[in-house]
Amino acid sequence: MSKEPVAVVGIGQTRHVAARKDVSIAGLVREAALRALEDAQLTWADIDAVVIGKAPDFFEGVMMPELYLADALGAVGKPMLRVHTAGSVGGSTALVAANLIAARVHGTVLTLAFEKQSESNAMWGLSLPVPFQQPLLAGAGGFFAPHVRAYIRRTGAPDTIGSLVAYKDRRNALKNPYAHLHEHDLTLEKVQASPMLWDPVRYSETCPSSDGACAMVLTGRAGADRAPHPPAWVHGGAMRSEPTLFAGKDAVSPRAGRDCAADVYRQAGITDPRREIDVVEMYVPFSWYEPMWLENLGFAEEGGGWKLTESGVTELDGDLPVNPSGGVLSTNPIGASGMLRFAEAALQVRGQAGEHQVAGARRALGHAYGGGSQFFAMWLVGAEPPAT
Amino acid sequence: MTTETLSAPLVVEFPFTRSLGPVQSAFLTGLRERTVLGVRATDGTVLVPPVEYDPATAEELRELVQVAETGTVTTWAWNPHPTGKHPLDRPFAWVLVRLDGADSSLLHVLDVPSAEAVSTGTRVRIRWAAERTGAITDIACFEPYDGAPGDAPRDHSGDFADAVTLVTLPARLDYTYSPGRAQTAHLRALGERRIVGERCPECRKVYVPPRGACPTCGVPTGERVEVGPKGTVTTYCVVNIKAKGLDIEVPYVYAHIALDGAGLALHGRLAGIPYDQVRMGMRVEPVWKEGQRWPDHYRPTGEPDADYDTYKELV
Repeated sequence: MSKEPVAVVGIGQTRHVAARKDVSIAGLVREAALRALEDAQLTWADIDAVVIGKAPDFFEGVMMPELYLADALGAVGKPMLRVHTAGSVGGSTALVAANLIAARVHGTVLTLAFEKQSESNAMWGLSLPVPFQQPLLAGAGGFFAPHVRAYIRRTGAPDTIGSLVAYKDRRNALKNPYAHLHEHDLTLEKVQASPMLWDPVRYSETCPSSDGACAMVLTGRAGADRAPHPPAWVHGGAMRSEPTLFAGKDAVSPRAGRDCAADVYRQAGITDPRREIDVVEMYVPFSWYEPMWLENLGFAEEGGGWKLTESGVTELDGDLPVNPSGGVLSTNPIGASGMLRFAEAALQVRGQAGEHQVAGARRALGHAYGGGSQFFAMWLVGAEPPAT
Repeated sequence: MTTETLSAPLVVEFPFTRSLGPVQSAFLTGLRERTVLGVRATDGTVLVPPVEYDPATAEELRELVQVAETGTVTTWAWNPHPTGKHPLDRPFAWVLVRLDGADSSLLHVLDVPSAEAVSTGTRVRIRWAAERTGAITDIACFEPYDGAPGDAPRDHSGDFADAVTLVTLPARLDYTYSPGRAQTAHLRALGERRIVGERCPECRKVYVPPRGACPTCGVPTGERVEVGPKGTVTTYCVVNIKAKGLDIEVPYVYAHIALDGAGLALHGRLAGIPYDQVRMGMRVEPVWKEGQRWPDHYRPTGEPDADYDTYKELV
């Protein structure tokens, strides 16, 4: 028996900001969920199960917050699942929800992810004082910056590439009313003059710390037929994992990322991602990760990712727009960041991305990664139902 | 040589903040003002403590109701051995109390001398704390009460001057951390200023620090191999931000260092050279410090830089 085709019929997100002091965590997730239901013109009663994700519990100090969110999310009397895969969790959460539809376990699933970084401390959560270990690390930037340097060495990329990405994504964010950062006065020169935090990574090339939530309503063929707006159809989805550190790990282009992309393309019948995919929303918390992931995901050969960035291919009006929403560089509620990538891909193929719509987007890739480049989650969505 | 594995306390603590939202804000501010608020659910029942969303219908709930300070114990458990974290320093009963005017029960403690003094149905009332801040501990405890029920429930706007909107909740977890057999051996060797890893019997890669197993081959690693002490900087960054609780002056160089003979790079601090003169491929060696278990930092050996091709697989 073939799988049930999966359709995204509702998408909702909060207006992401540095601190949402006016709402509880329940109020925050509720806001995104209601917007997704409204988009799908469904009510709580139409939802069969809820799948939720957030960053590790240490970040906000709430152990298993899903247990107290059941009433806020209309999950009473229904299955409610929590997914944990560090920064990629928003993507993995959507895929777990999609698989429940594909397997015909449930007819319609609400999936959402959130983070309230203002009430958490990610840097602390990532740098616990483990006994017998020398305390050295200063947050995620210190972890990823050496890999950026390794990428530059490997490919000979000019050292301005990271600033081009940051400037592009922040300008895209100006077209996205939900984005956290709206830096109207930003110039490329300002990006290039911003303080060096973890050399070679500058301040303006790093993601902000945001409060926000994202929700989607997923359903099968029958649900899609009843949907008021065009759905996005899932053509492929996959997750891969590998250790953070092991002998032979390629931290610049992790094998788990390459394998995950290859699996998604196989499912979707994609043989030339550069030509066949119209828009990419990828997880770029530090600007240099755009060229790195372009290679890892097969959009460029090894050493060629930065050339796509440099030549403007990844601009909003380029041949392969990357991060039209403004990306993680403009909005980063960590637990929700992966789902925001998946949701943006779906918005694009539904033609509902507003001012940051890529004209004629028919196929879009949503991408998330997490931990020390150890968890990967991706989906490819299209405007047409899958062929099967 | 002792084979006992090391262990040490690991305390994880942080003062988390929490925005309360409109309903919890009114509830906790009310306690400060000796006013107990519940919320009216969709079916008309009054829930105390209040919730933001209806447990049955998921509808948003915002109609606040003030209930009495008196109530009835619906169930209880005797606690003969209070700890320092408990609300009372003498034996007490945990109780669920349905306050007069409420349809659900509130968890708190009852101050009675013995388990014989509490039963389901015991009438109680709130004993307020002398100093109240807008927290559940503004109710010091419940105490037995044989008077008339308190005032009938009435609608309440939930508006208070100087409302509590954000609370700080210190969280603390106490662990005992043990690095295990393989890392213990590594740490003991460090005490002798030797850097010892373990070789995988299948892929022959040497893991430093060792983990007791090879993550690629999935087999135990037992063969101990001394590596270094010299090594090669495979990549690095210059850290310019001072992290809270990290006692290192910035800028400092955070480097990945492949010790000679190791199958992957470890992470260390590089010093003894201006940070803007550090290079990939630089040859370095550990610098030990009296009374410190790990190398304090690494410094250049002065040897010529390693050729990129010799370490690129380790980047």
